Amino acid sequence: MIEAILLTIITAATPLVIAAMGELVTERAGVLNLGVEGMMIIGAVCAFAGSYLTGVPLFGVLAGILGGALFSLLFGFLTLTLVTNQVATGLALTLLGLGLSGQLGESFVGIPGVKLAPIVFPVLSEIPFVGPLLFRQDITFYLSIALVIGVNWFLFRSRTGLKLRAIGDNHGSAHALGISVIRTRYLAVMFGGACAGLAGAQLSLVYTPQWVENMSAGRGWIALALVVFASWRPWRVLAGGYIFGAVGILQLHAQAFGIGVPSQFLSMLPYAVTIVVLIIISHNRRTTLINTPACLGKPFVPDR
Amino acid sequence: MSDARGPEAGSLLKVRSLTKYFGTFAACNGIDLSIGPGEIHALLGENGAGKSTLVKMLFGVLQPSEGRIFWDGRPVSIASPGEARTLGIGMVFQHFSLFEALTVAENIALSLDPKIPLARIATEAESLSKAYGLPLDPYAHVADLSVGERQRIEIVRALLQNPKLIILDEPTSVLTPQEADKLFETLFKLKAEGRSVLYISHRLEEVQRICDRATVLRHGKVTGDCDPRQETPASLARMMVGSDVAGVQRDATTDLGPALVEVRALSVAARTPFAVPLRDIALDVRAGEVLAIAGVAGNGQGELFDALSGEYPVGDDEAIRLCGKAVGRTGINGRRLLGAGFVPEERHGHAAVSDMTLSDNLLLSRSQSDRGSFLAGGLLSVIRHDAIRATARRICAAMDVRKSGEDPAAGSLSGGNLQKFIIGRELDRKPAVLVVNQPTWGVDAGAASRIRQALIDLARAGSAVIVISQDLDEIFEVATNIAVISEGRLSKPYPAGDLTLERIGLLMGGIHDSTAHSGTNAGGAHAH
Repeated sequence: MIEAILLTIITAATPLVIAAMGELVTERAGVLNLGVEGMMIIGAVCAFAGSYLTGVPLFGVLAGILGGALFSLLFGFLTLTLVTNQVATGLALTLLGLGLSGQLGESFVGIPGVKLAPIVFPVLSEIPFVGPLLFRQDITFYLSIALVIGVNWFLFRSRTGLKLRAIGDNHGSAHALGISVIRTRYLAVMFGGACAGLAGAQLSLVYTPQWVENMSAGRGWIALALVVFASWRPWRVLAGGYIFGAVGILQLHAQAFGIGVPSQFLSMLPYAVTIVVLIIISHNRRTTLINTPACLGKPFVPDR
Repeated sequence: MSDARGPEAGSLLKVRSLTKYFGTFAACNGIDLSIGPGEIHALLGENGAGKSTLVKMLFGVLQPSEGRIFWDGRPVSIASPGEARTLGIGMVFQHFSLFEALTVAENIALSLDPKIPLARIATEAESLSKAYGLPLDPYAHVADLSVGERQRIEIVRALLQNPKLIILDEPTSVLTPQEADKLFETLFKLKAEGRSVLYISHRLEEVQRICDRATVLRHGKVTGDCDPRQETPASLARMMVGSDVAGVQRDATTDLGPALVEVRALSVAARTPFAVPLRDIALDVRAGEVLAIAGVAGNGQGELFDALSGEYPVGDDEAIRLCGKAVGRTGINGRRLLGAGFVPEERHGHAAVSDMTLSDNLLLSRSQSDRGSFLAGGLLSVIRHDAIRATARRICAAMDVRKSGEDPAAGSLSGGNLQKFIIGRELDRKPAVLVVNQPTWGVDAGAASRIRQALIDLARAGSAVIVISQDLDEIFEVATNIAVISEGRLSKPYPAGDLTLERIGLLMGGIHDSTAHSGTNAGGAHAH
């Protein structure tokens, strides 16, 4: 019973963590992309299409990543090259993504999908309790953990990550130092898109292996909020994602047991608990300020 | 020291008829310049003379429209700051190009070869900074450092690349006199090693003290190439400004009236982690007095201004009294209605909305205090554009604001002219109390002199004036009394005539009377 609950928690938390890690890198570079929800749903429909048309679910994952990245390129072109307003463009990207995915996925509605097969680690997966939880999962779970470790290393240990943080902190100075602001931001936006696409692929290939319109159901917005409340720190995003996933699943079980609490209150719990926990984690305002990209959402036009 | 080198003798950097157009406007027009090895070369000029544009071309940030640059006798084109660094040109910017959220070592690493590990950069930076007398903690976050320390990062960053020429843009504008002396020692060390320095400044006394040659710019053209030690401050100023700058006129004896500003036990906690808390501030300003508040940037000047202006009211109503009324909890408009006027530091975005016209900006700040004349129809508050434009015209005439068109956007004016308008906007009301933060920051000498004269005239007419400034020359020019702010504490006021530059420097470094009496040795040690 506990094992089953934990498994569903992992499945619920994985897409949030993946999408949030992508957005974290984008925002660390100083770009606010509110189109996560739209890129996620595009990733979901591309992934389902890729899996259904080739018959190989792994190709579906690739298609999801590619779809999300290409879709984010539209955002990059508009906000970075044409210097449109990032907030408005991000909102438009979400609306476009929701509509476009419905159009693209019209013929897939009602078709049963193929679930992504788990990758089973020999020996390790035989460990009681821990084995099935951590070593008999599909590739998206492993990728989500790898992303947290990788992004954390990239941002705080590698020189390229340092440059990316510098651009997010002060793009004018970064440009004066000869760092290519626009190119780095394009790559960061596309990384964010690729991650959102991967998160979408998890939804249509693992979470509920089928295509349903609007199946992202607001998870992109949750991911966006996680990044801010986690004060742009990768490990805090992981914690936030799992708290949200856990409370969400547990309140479902609580509703099923029929305890005497209004279901509306229980449905609200994951949001409330996540916010409270992350506020407590980020109570140190100095740390938060140091981690907040000062140029977030500000347009950059080199004066040449 | 006195190896007077001609510009012809094997110059390191030579510039021939360098020109840069922005549209049809020539920011630099046929500039010739030549810097020899081991030479400290001054680039003198007012704001807008073309110094920054010239330097940006030398450092590869801007591309020249015409003209040539020779490095070690070879013609070069410098396409980027990276290429400038490869040639051996290092740059210390006036507005630091630092990243507040990153550590000192990370900031330095960004401009070095990415293959060098961060730990090695940290140790090298630390030892180099010690060798040149500029101690630095490589793991401190820039946000926590003082302006002087931030400048050290820039200098150490430039030095780590072993440059042959270091360009310093107005380096002493943010330093205490003691910190500036320390910087000059570093510059002499660099000169002794055979490195050249291009020293940009508008402080004549400094240039005469440390520079071997000077090139003077005005309106984008070279108006002088001289040995500054052979010149007088007046002759240098003439080359810079073109005509003799009018000195500020002031009566030696003025009778002071009742106190119009009384601050007692004003303490304000820091609003943000980077802000400075105000501690137990007390001051009195009487009618007819100009109280100047000196201090190095970031010691609580902004916070003090916010408290005095009511931009952030303070909890204790009795802590601030204006014209006899307790106003601690009163907002900015309430204080204006009592007859006070306020001019904040930032021209754009704070004192004025850049995209709005001068008359709109006038209405924004005076909509409450001049409600009767600017707004009609009682509660309807219909804007009376004619009355506002007439007032704007009056202000522009009174302060000699040069502008294009009848009522242009505030952002289209040059810094000096906009500042004249903003100060004039308050003076036009004949305020009983005027609080000004950095009245002439980044303003050319002509406009600065006009603004200072206006402040003195206002006090002479019986108002109480508080001038918060980092410019000591300005402070001595306008002040009746001088107080110094340091780490959120305000010293007691001293009559301007009783203070020397050195004494102020000690106060700015946080050395107060009790410690100053025990000898200046302790003071020297404290101020690094």
